[in-house]
Amino acid sequence: MNIMTIIGMLLTSLGALFLLLGAIGIVRMPDMYTRMQAGTKATTLGAMSFILGIGFMEPAWLIKTILIVVFIALSNPISSHALARAAHRSGIFPLSRENIDLYKKDNQEDKS
Amino acid sequence: MDTFYYILGGILLLALVIAAFRFFQGPTAPDRIVALDAMSIILTAGLAMLALVFHRFIYIDVALIYAILGFMGIVSIARWMEKGI
Repeated sequence: MNIMTIIGMLLTSLGALFLLLGAIGIVRMPDMYTRMQAGTKATTLGAMSFILGIGFMEPAWLIKTILIVVFIALSNPISSHALARAAHRSGIFPLSRENIDLYKKDNQEDKS
Repeated sequence: MDTFYYILGGILLLALVIAAFRFFQGPTAPDRIVALDAMSIILTAGLAMLALVFHRFIYIDVALIYAILGFMGIVSIARWMEKGI
């Protein structure tokens, strides 16, 4: 067991832990936007770390796993941004104690 | 090494089941889509782990294609929720 395999095992363990924490956050959070906060950031880091760890465990596959990691890092924020904007425009507003909704305020200022 | 693979697969399966709970229970449609997004990411990681377990390089390609199709699906569903196709 050489050093690359040990780094790969550490990275895959970290990635699996973050994927599990993201899935728990989706169930436990009270609001759609906080659910999205848990369910996209934590799973993005988890999947990137997991797939990079697999690339370290098999060094011949490292280039294609880095390709998948770069694709996930580029595509996952775009999809979560599109989803949040669609949810806000279809009438779902965040639960907050102080009623802070800066996106709605900015849109009203644009219209006036 | 086999024990390590079993533990990783168990953690991924547990995460998938927990996300599927929100997918079936979520009160509004965007909750379900968030859960579906997380499930597709977890499945991408699971496909890459299958490539490692079975020592097949072709499963890495399957994981890449699955990531691309999941991204396209989530973006098209979001556009549909915003103003219809």
